[in-house]
Amino acid sequence: MFPTSFGPWLDYTINGLVIGNIYALLAVGLALIFGVSHLINFAHGSVYMVGAYIGWLGITKLNLPLPVTFAVVAVGCGLLGAVIERVGLRPLRNAPRIAPLLATIGLSVVLDQAAQLLFSPDPRALPTQLPNWRIAIGGGSIGALDLLIAGVGIGSAALLYGFLRFTRLGWAVRATALDRDAAQQCGVDVDKVNRTVFAIASALGGVSGLLVGMYYNTIDPNMGFQAGLKGIVAQLIGGVGNVPGAIAGSLLLGLIESYGIALFGTSYRNLFAFVALILILVLRPNGLFAKARRLPPEPLTGTFIAPSRPLVLPRWLIGVLIAAALALPFAVQQPYLLQTLGNAWLYALLALSLTLVAGTVGQVSLGHAGLLAIGAYASALLALDAGIPVLLAVPLAGVIAAALGTALVFPAFRLRGHYVSIATLAVGEIVTLVILNWESLTRGPIGVTGVPPLSVAGTPLVSGQWVYWIPLAVLLVFAGVQTRLLSSHLGRTLRAIREDDVAARSYGVDLNRYKGLAFAVAGFVAGVGGALMAHFYSYINHETFPAPVSMLALTMVILGGLGNVAGAVLGAVVLVGLPELFRAAAEYRMLIYGVVLLLLIRFRPQGLLGTV
Amino acid sequence: MTTASTTSTTTLTTPSASVAPLLSITGLVRRFGGLTAVNGLSLSVGDGELVSVIGPNGAGKTTLFNLIAGLDTPDSGSVAFAGQDVTGFAAERLAGLGLARTFQHGRVFGNLSVLDNVLVGAHTRLRAVRPRPPLGLPLLGPLAELGLALFRPAAVRAEEERLRAEALAIIALFGDRLTPRLDKPAHSLSYANRRRVEIARALALKPRLLLLDEPTAGMNPTETAEMLEIIRGLKGRGLTILLIEHKLDLVMQLSDRVVVMDHGARIAEGLPSAVATDPAVIEAYLGHKAVGAANQDDAAAVVPVKRGIGE
Repeated sequence: MFPTSFGPWLDYTINGLVIGNIYALLAVGLALIFGVSHLINFAHGSVYMVGAYIGWLGITKLNLPLPVTFAVVAVGCGLLGAVIERVGLRPLRNAPRIAPLLATIGLSVVLDQAAQLLFSPDPRALPTQLPNWRIAIGGGSIGALDLLIAGVGIGSAALLYGFLRFTRLGWAVRATALDRDAAQQCGVDVDKVNRTVFAIASALGGVSGLLVGMYYNTIDPNMGFQAGLKGIVAQLIGGVGNVPGAIAGSLLLGLIESYGIALFGTSYRNLFAFVALILILVLRPNGLFAKARRLPPEPLTGTFIAPSRPLVLPRWLIGVLIAAALALPFAVQQPYLLQTLGNAWLYALLALSLTLVAGTVGQVSLGHAGLLAIGAYASALLALDAGIPVLLAVPLAGVIAAALGTALVFPAFRLRGHYVSIATLAVGEIVTLVILNWESLTRGPIGVTGVPPLSVAGTPLVSGQWVYWIPLAVLLVFAGVQTRLLSSHLGRTLRAIREDDVAARSYGVDLNRYKGLAFAVAGFVAGVGGALMAHFYSYINHETFPAPVSMLALTMVILGGLGNVAGAVLGAVVLVGLPELFRAAAEYRMLIYGVVLLLLIRFRPQGLLGTV
Repeated sequence: MTTASTTSTTTLTTPSASVAPLLSITGLVRRFGGLTAVNGLSLSVGDGELVSVIGPNGAGKTTLFNLIAGLDTPDSGSVAFAGQDVTGFAAERLAGLGLARTFQHGRVFGNLSVLDNVLVGAHTRLRAVRPRPPLGLPLLGPLAELGLALFRPAAVRAEEERLRAEALAIIALFGDRLTPRLDKPAHSLSYANRRRVEIARALALKPRLLLLDEPTAGMNPTETAEMLEIIRGLKGRGLTILLIEHKLDLVMQLSDRVVVMDHGARIAEGLPSAVATDPAVIEAYLGHKAVGAANQDDAAAVVPVKRGIGE
């Protein structure tokens, strides 16, 4: 566990620098993109994955020589980058800052799912054609691939430096990064600059994907998600938009991971990155290399609330809809249909929780599935290991999710805009990784089996009707509570924080207190939802509530209208209920979510029922 | 620094010297990198006084407001409010002490209705729904607030009703400008109406000191005259006001005292009529040439003033 001799440590150092070099290829691209467009590009990881697959096609199917493969990957991904700029960024130039970020999330879902459909979700081997020799130095060793990666890293950094320093277009890029409007006034074609930067960044990202595929000799359609996050973490360590900082941050992150794995084991690998991210965001939000006291960067503020007149459903209609929903099991007896709708009600709890946080308070959380996971594990383990009756375990799990969720996100309360989203994403990942690694409590990767069902007086409530009615009843109660909350002084106070946190503070609104309240309520609702899921599914593991569930939740609440209680329910029914009912579409479900998210952000940011 | 001593002598000669200052600022400094936005400024505002801060763009007026209102912290110097040292207090805490402000460019809550905007202004006055928790139980306060907001006992309902009636009365101060638009979201209002909403929101706090940052910016002469009457009315009711304003005739009509800032420092202070003819002020506003190279006496008179305030 603890290597004592010098040799292994040299190996870890080399390994860390190699991995850091790969992160740097990603982070430099992200930093360039942030520089000119103030966008954190979540689709970057997907470009990296596409690069790996283009490389796989070139090497294994077309038998291209390695240099040609690299060129094809760079060109292919460069083109993809230009497309991403055209679809994800340019139409949203005048939208709130968070809109293009959400669009890149949608694009990344679409790309990942398309790759899964084209190449199957299974990993594939990516053989390297490099000679298999290693140079031994001081107890460690360096292979040809290590040298290639270092060469590509240093070579592309040099090329980039030359481009930015000595070409007209490079000057235009730097001018745009300094002041977009001024550059435009001076005749710089800002669209062309953006396109170029996306193309360069994506070419680097694609090459990085190919190198990683060769390094580990395996690629899969989901490899981009984690890698993209790592690039973002590395970039934040160095300070957003800072290219040399991104390189330094990447090497640092690579070393942290390599040493961390040496000390604690492989399954902790991603934990270091995300803990490092949270620490950086909280302690040095401008990055390690930023000058001391500065005014907080402003360009990232602005919530994704499109001004709209929400559609107010008349009371009688709501009554009729509730009555119809409650009476449905009398008319429809197919267990599959009831189960599907029951599942939709459970997801509606998640949407209800997220719409309060992301809609009403404007804190766009990208890690909301973590709250489900906390609730599910808390309830399952309370029932199984502590012997607490399920009916008591479920609300207790809600309390635990409220307390733990709020405590975990609390350090991010001082952040704004994009940073909140990134921090919550990291918190969601941390929850999953802790569940995976805290084996004595959570049973680790095996998961929790035999979670007891809900039961009353010894009778388990597992039949079709109960699977439908129980989630519906809980949903109705929480929807009612949330509606009442929004009509109280808390409703206007929370929305004031979303609209203008500086003005809210100036009128005595303590941001931490009210963000904390909102996250606590949201945590309770999502925690109860997760607990119910655990008891209905009877088996949960660390992958039951993966990151895509958080994206799904976000799509649901944007579809319904941010902050809109009825909208959250509608979004869940449409996105969880309908695809299940059309079974043929099951395979394409995630792809549909991605496309829906993209279309909504572009054409109907206020959702179906309007933002509140 | 000689600033403090100069300040106190100047203050003593002003008419308000007999009134205990509600706000008193001493030697305030705020630097941004190489730029000193506020440079050793001292200032006091007595109870019931209306003091205006004027000065050319970039003189540091808004930075001064941000420092007073707790949105920024000074590099040195102190701010005392209502007999308490409040230097470095957070904005929300200062609001609780009775300090309300408006913003230079107007910061209404865009998607909130006019009425809700004004009601947020009354946030610090919520008592029934925000009970003070016993010491040592910091979590109890927010949870009690949540519970009371959901169950709404009679006291909470009555409080909400009272504040609502009061908000309507404040909105009525602006004639029929806002009253017909109570339920309209603030982003749908005209610029001038948004400024009015901001002032209404500030009044709902029942401030002891009101900071107005260019309340008539972007208003036409009719609207400016209307705003002048409203501010005069507020002053008549005994409200203490610190005003930043560019429209000098408004300043001259309303102010008890005028403080002129340039390059972060005070270059003149006194009665509106005295300040208006101060050569240092004219120079700051119109540039050196306007003072007239021919009139050497005036140009010479500028120098001691600058020395008195400078480094």
